[in-house]
Amino acid sequence: MESTEFLVRSAVILAVFGITLLIATYSTYAERKIAAFIQDRVGPNRAGPMGLLQPLADAVKLFFKEEFVPANANKFLFIAGPSLAMLTACMASAVIPFGNTILIDGQYINVQAIEVNIGILYIFGVVALGVYGIMIGGWASNNKFSLLGAIRAASQNISYELAMGMSIIALLLVSSSLSLRVIAQQQGETLFGISGMNWNIFYQPLGFLIFIICAFAETNRVPFDLPECETELIGGYHTEYSSMGMGLYLFAEYVNIFVASAVMATLYFGGYNFPFMYDLGLPHNLVTLIGTGVLFIKILMFIFFFMWVRWTLPRFRYDQLMNLGWKVLIPLSIANVIITAAVILISEQGLPW
Amino acid sequence: MQSLSNRAKKLEKKPMNFSERMYLPAIFQGLSITMRHFFKKKATIKYPEETRPMSAVWRGLHVLKRDEKGRERCTACGLCAVACPAEAITMVAGERKRGEEHLYREEKYAVSYEINMLRCIFCGLCEEACPKAAIFLQNDKVAPARYERDEFIYGKDRLVEPMPIQNQ
Repeated sequence: MESTEFLVRSAVILAVFGITLLIATYSTYAERKIAAFIQDRVGPNRAGPMGLLQPLADAVKLFFKEEFVPANANKFLFIAGPSLAMLTACMASAVIPFGNTILIDGQYINVQAIEVNIGILYIFGVVALGVYGIMIGGWASNNKFSLLGAIRAASQNISYELAMGMSIIALLLVSSSLSLRVIAQQQGETLFGISGMNWNIFYQPLGFLIFIICAFAETNRVPFDLPECETELIGGYHTEYSSMGMGLYLFAEYVNIFVASAVMATLYFGGYNFPFMYDLGLPHNLVTLIGTGVLFIKILMFIFFFMWVRWTLPRFRYDQLMNLGWKVLIPLSIANVIITAAVILISEQGLPW
Repeated sequence: MQSLSNRAKKLEKKPMNFSERMYLPAIFQGLSITMRHFFKKKATIKYPEETRPMSAVWRGLHVLKRDEKGRERCTACGLCAVACPAEAITMVAGERKRGEEHLYREEKYAVSYEINMLRCIFCGLCEEACPKAAIFLQNDKVAPARYERDEFIYGKDRLVEPMPIQNQ
C-alpha cells in the first residue's frame, strides 16, 4: 500500500514538473505564433511541421552563445540571479491541485505534488521571492539600466502584491480555507442546479478583475512590463545577460505565466471542476482524468489571454502604473473585502436591525 | 482662421465620463480588434514554396530565342547594344562556317553575347530594338542573387534558350 502511494506520488510530482516546463517551452512558440497571427503574419513555420521544433532550435541557439559576464559585475550574484528566478518560478506549481483524487486499491491519492493547508500563502511567498531573482540580477550587472529595471520590478511587484492580497482575502472570506485543494473542492458543489458550477467567479467578479490585473503586473507582462522596457531601459534587468542566463530569465517569465494562469483557474474558475461532473455517472478515476484535462484547457485559455493582451495594449508610463496600483486597485480591493464581509455577515446572522 | 477645405474637425476636450475613466470598455474594444486580425487571412506568401503571380508584361530575366528548327535567331547586329540605355550588352560577331547551318539561322552570328545584370535596368528596349525577334524578357524568371560580381555577367551559356529535346 505504501509503495503504490509512493509510486503514484512520484509520478504525479514528475508529471507536474515536466508539464510545467513543457508548457513554458511551448509558450514561447505560442507567443510568437499568436503575435504573428494578430499582426496578419504566419510566424515561425520552418523548424519542423508548422514550426513546432522552434523552441528546441531556440534553446540550442542559446546554449551555443557565449556566456558573458561584465568585467565589474559580481560574478556570483550575476549567476545567482537567473537561477533564483527560475527556481522560484518552478517551486510555485508544487501546491496547485491539478486534479481530484485517483482511486487505487481503495486508497484516494491526490493529483497534486504536495498538499499543504496554507497553499495560497505558499504561492504568495514563493512568487514574492521571485522578485529577488530580478533584483539580484539587475544589481549584479553593475549597469545603471539594469539597476533601474530591477528597482522598477521591485517597487511594482510590492505595490501590486498589496492589491492582490486584498482580493485574495475577499476570496478567503467566501471559502474560509487557505488550502487550494479545499477551495477547488468547494467549487465542485451545485449552483443553479448544475453540479461542478459553484465557481468563485460568480461570487467575486470584482476580486477576479483585480487579481488578473495584479497577475499581469506580478509576471511583468505587457502592459506592466516596465522592468524590461526596451524603449527606455534597453533591456531592463537582463540587459547584460546572454546565453542561458538570458534564457532562464525569459523561461522563468513563461513559467510564472503558467503558474499565474493555474492559480487563477483554481481560485476563480473552478479548478478541475467542470459542469455536470457528478451527473454523468462516470467512474471516479475517469471524472478525475477529464477534470485534469478541463483544468489544463482553462490554464491554456488564460495563457492565451495573457498573450492576447500583450499584443493589444501599449505599455503604461511609470506614474500611471503607480497611480493605478495605489489609487485605484487598493481602494477597490479594500471595498471588495468590506462588501464581501458585510454580505457574509448579513447572510449568516441576518440584518442587525 | 477660416478653414479652406472645410474638412478640419473641431476637437472637443470634454472630461472623460465614468465608462471612459474605467478604461475597460476601451480595452475590450482593442481586444476585439486584435481578435479579428487573429482570424484574418494572412498576407504572407511562403516564398520558396509559392511565388507571387507575375503579370504577362513583367520584364524579368532575358532569353535568346531559337527558331522553330532550333537555330539561334541572333545575328549579332548590335541594335540591342545600341538601344540599351545602361550599356549592359556586349557581343562579338562571327561568320557562320559551312556545316553550321543547323546551329545558326543567318550567315552571321554572335560568338559571344554578354549581358551585365548589375547594369541592366530591365527596361525592355533591347526586346523592342531586335529585328530578328531573338531577345525577350521572360515574365516568370528574375536574375537570382549571387555572392560574386562576375557571376552577374550572363554569357551565352545562360542566356540562350536550351535546345528543344527532339533536335538533340
